[in-house]
Formats: sequence, C-alpha cells, structure tokens
Amino acid sequence: MVRRVGLLLVAWGLIACSQTAQAVLTIEITQSADVGLPIAIVPFALAGKDKPAHDVAAVVEADLARSGRFAPVPRKHFLGTPHEDQDVVFKDWRRIKAEALLIGKKKKLPNGQWQVEFRLYDVFKGKQLAGYIFRVDENALRATAHQISDVVYERLTGEPGAFSSRIAYVTKETHKKRNIYKLQVADSDGYGPVTIVKSPEPLLSPAWSPDGARLAYVSFEEQRSMVYAQSLVDGRREKLAEFTGINGAPAWSPDGKRLALTLSRDGNPEIYVMDFASRRLTRLTKNYAIDTEPAWSPDGRHIIFTSDRAGQPQIYRMDADGGDVTRLTFEGSYNARASYAPDGATLTLVSRNGGAYHIAILHLANNLLQVLTDTPLDESPSFAPNGRMVLYATEVRGGGVLASVSADGRVRQVFKFEQGDVREPAWSPSNQPLQYTE
Amino acid sequence: MTKKAWVLLAALAVLGVAGCETTGVPYDVETGGLTDAQVALLAEQRVYFDFDSSTISSESRAIIEAHAADMRARRGASVALEGHCDERGTREYNLALGERRAQAVARLFRALGVAANRITTVSYGEEKPVALEHNEAAWRQNRRVEIIKR
Repeated sequence: MVRRVGLLLVAWGLIACSQTAQAVLTIEITQSADVGLPIAIVPFALAGKDKPAHDVAAVVEADLARSGRFAPVPRKHFLGTPHEDQDVVFKDWRRIKAEALLIGKKKKLPNGQWQVEFRLYDVFKGKQLAGYIFRVDENALRATAHQISDVVYERLTGEPGAFSSRIAYVTKETHKKRNIYKLQVADSDGYGPVTIVKSPEPLLSPAWSPDGARLAYVSFEEQRSMVYAQSLVDGRREKLAEFTGINGAPAWSPDGKRLALTLSRDGNPEIYVMDFASRRLTRLTKNYAIDTEPAWSPDGRHIIFTSDRAGQPQIYRMDADGGDVTRLTFEGSYNARASYAPDGATLTLVSRNGGAYHIAILHLANNLLQVLTDTPLDESPSFAPNGRMVLYATEVRGGGVLASVSADGRVRQVFKFEQGDVREPAWSPSNQPLQYTE
Repeated sequence: MTKKAWVLLAALAVLGVAGCETTGVPYDVETGGLTDAQVALLAEQRVYFDFDSSTISSESRAIIEAHAADMRARRGASVALEGHCDERGTREYNLALGERRAQAVARLFRALGVAANRITTVSYGEEKPVALEHNEAAWRQNRRVEIIKR
C-alpha cells in the first residue's frame, strides 16, 4: 500500500483579497443528526515556535460537524494523538468507534508561509485515503482548513464538499435612528466578513455570478430600486438597470452571459433577460399579474419564477426564451422565491403553511413538497454548491439571523452575529477548483 | 304699473328669495373648496391594505378623494405614492406588491381628475416598515401607501 502525500497548489485569487476581519459570528447547531460518520480529528502538531493565527484542525472539525454528515469523536476519548503516519495505531481508533481518522502537522517556513500537511485514514480498512501538503500564506490558513474539509468530505461521502465556498448577505444596523445597510461576503462558516457595499438605504437580492467573481444586487441608494453588478476582485461596479418602476431580482445565467431580472417599466412586474454584451433586453413574461424572482436551471434551458397569475404567488417554469409556461407548485397558498439545486432535480423555496413561512424543497420528479424548517418567518433560501445544505434567513428573538439546514432537514444551525439584523443570504457557486499534483 | 313692470318685479322677487335661500358652503380659497371633513382627512397620509392585497377600502377611498380634491385645487402640487408591505413573504415579491398598491392609489387619483404627470409611484417593498415588531398589529401598520404631496 502506498501512502502518498501530494502537493496541493491552490489559486487563492479572491480569498487572498479578503482582509483579516474580526470574527463577529458564532454558529450554534440547533438540531443535530443522530447519525453521522464518526471521525476522529487529532489536533495538528505544531513544529517550531511560531503559532499560527488559526487552528486548522478545529476549523475542519467545525466544518464537518456543521455538514450533518459527520459526528466528530470527542478528543477526550482519544487513546493517542499521532501526527506521523508511522504512529497511527488503527486498533486504538477502532476501539473508540472512529471510522475515519485525520492527522496533520503545520510549521512556519523560512519565507513566512505555512506548510500544512494532513493524512486521512479509513480506520476499519487501515488504509490512507488522502494526504496532501499545502504551502500557503498565513491569512490563507482558514481557507486551507476548508480545503481539507472539502477533501475529507469528498473522500468519505463521494460527493464534493462546499466548505471553500462563500456566502453573501445583507446586514442592517441602526445607530441613533440612522440605518446602515451593508452587503457583506464571508467564508461559508461566516468567518471573515468583508463589506462590499455600505448604504443608508436598503440593499437586497445579492446574486453571485457563476464564476463567483461578481455580485449583482438591488440598491435603493437613489430612493428607488436599481440593479447593480460589482466585481469582488477590484470593487468596480456598474448600474445595470434604472428603468421607471421596479428594477429587481437579478439572476445570472449559468454561462454568465445574461442576467434575468424583474422590471416594471411597462406597467407591471415582468421578467426580462439582459444580454451583457449587447445590453439588449428581452421581455419573457406578458401577464397582468406579478411575475418576479427569476432563477435559471443549471443547464440554462429554463427559468423558474414567482407569479400570482392564479391569484396567489406560486412557482412557474418557462423556457429560457419565455415559451412553454408550466405551473410547478400546487400545495399551499403562497410559494415564492424558488431556486434550483445544482443537480436540477429539486428546488428550494419559501412556502406558507398556516400563517408561517417555511423553507421547503420541491422534488421535481414527483412534485413532492418537503418542508425543512418550522420557524415562522423564513426566507431567501439558497443551496450550497454541492446541494447538501440550504442557507436561509430567519428571525430569532425579534432579530434577523442566518441559518442553514441540511437538504434532508436533519441538521439545522443558526449563525449568530454580534449586532444588527442579517438577511438576504446567498451561497456562492461551486468551490474554486483545486489544482494539485499527487 | 304696466303689466311688463309687474313681470319684472315678480322675477326680481323670485331671484331675491332664491338668493336668500342659498345655504351652500362658501368657497374657501384657502382650502380649495374642500369640505371640512375632507380637510380633516388631509391629515391622514397613509392608507392601509389587507395581506397580499392592493384593494382600496372605502375608508382609504375617502382619504384619497380628499387628497385628490386638494390636488385639483392646488395646481402646482405633485404627489409621490410610496407602496409598502409587511415583512411576511419574500422581499422581491413584496417589492412588486408594494408597487401594485402604489399604482392602485395612483389609478384612483387619476380617476378623480389628477393628471398622470403629477403623480409618481415608488415601491419600497418590505424594506421600510414603520412598526418593527413581528406581530399582526405591526404588520397592519406596515401594509400601506404613503401619500406625500409637494
């Protein structure tokens, strides 16, 4: 058996741009799964005197616990703390019922970078599943931890992880009766928020470009809704829509070449598609009703949207050119703001049940609506790029907070910010591709 | 007295009586001819709506009629109609619903003789609540159109 260690070279790009920011957020798991793969994560050994800014193993452990697919074994049960391959005694780990084992070490290099090495084992087979060395700048250590979580998740579940992705959201703070709205971007665990836009007027509907390099959003900075797009790389922004009436609900096409949006310039809210190259607008809906909240199917062939053409808001699907409109939701009197899972098989949406608004999943194959949450004012759901979790906004003790729920509804957690209302979360598209040599 | 003169006198008498019996409200230049009740209603600058509805209640209609009469009297005035929603439901749908409420009020203003070019509408959706609690009393106050005259 070969126990290889590969060198992982990662294009940091955007992650490197984010300034070190204060951690103003804690995550509380409010409902956990009874079943999860037991994994033992040994604190990584530290070689040398320099201490890193982040505890890599702790970040990995929190990531895996949050996913709901893993149950980290408490450290107090460990019978040893190996850091080297030759020190791993598999029977010690079998005795405490760990099915997977993660060990590692880190040290500061003369050039100021950190070298982080880890190995993942299948305890029962007594076999190494993965092993990599990372060499990164200190401010990328958390990102490295998320990369490790992604590798562990993928090797053990067979599905890609989503820990290296990011989230965008809007905060509202009120100081001396003055409101401050901020559009922020943070790591998938809420760490390291960076403010992208700050305004005294409302901001809403952040939407990621498919390459994760830009955000479109709605701003009321000119006392009415207008759609902007802004680069996360250089901060440049442009106004995309400032027509009479509503300019809202931006959604990028999967190829990034078009933007679906809602405009009421012809009198009432309709769905349009803007071609970025030509700036040409094509109107897709023609209906007296409200048509809004467009979202593209992953293959770009369809657009789903909310319409009250039947009297109450429901989800409809049309071809990307506006043809062949089909109603998708029939259960309940209010279904809105739907978006596709990455595999296109399900939608997540807001569904009213009695007087309460919950996050639900619609299974397109059998039209089954599965309600995931039980809090009354839930909104803005979006899938993680691997489709296994849904991020949404909810309310706790009168304030807006973000929460996530596993797509099977079993694991829920609340992201707690120190101050202000938090709303309008949007999960970034897929992780940055890993480039490594093994 | 000639017969002609009698006719004239009778006509004057009739006119005189008619003049004395005029009991209509005097045209008050300052209020632009609004009734007292309408003047009182001008203090109301918000009209309220049911959930997911843009239907104007009779109470709201009286308020809008007063403002429309005021607009007709004050030729230079313009009106901005701001549509708002409660926090329930999704933000973009509420942006659309707020616009629909503002437009419903605008339509009534036009029907009451206020020129379209004097009316602007804007929707703030659920973004600018006046009551911040999360209950029916707060929601009722937030589902509104604000009538802002300049």
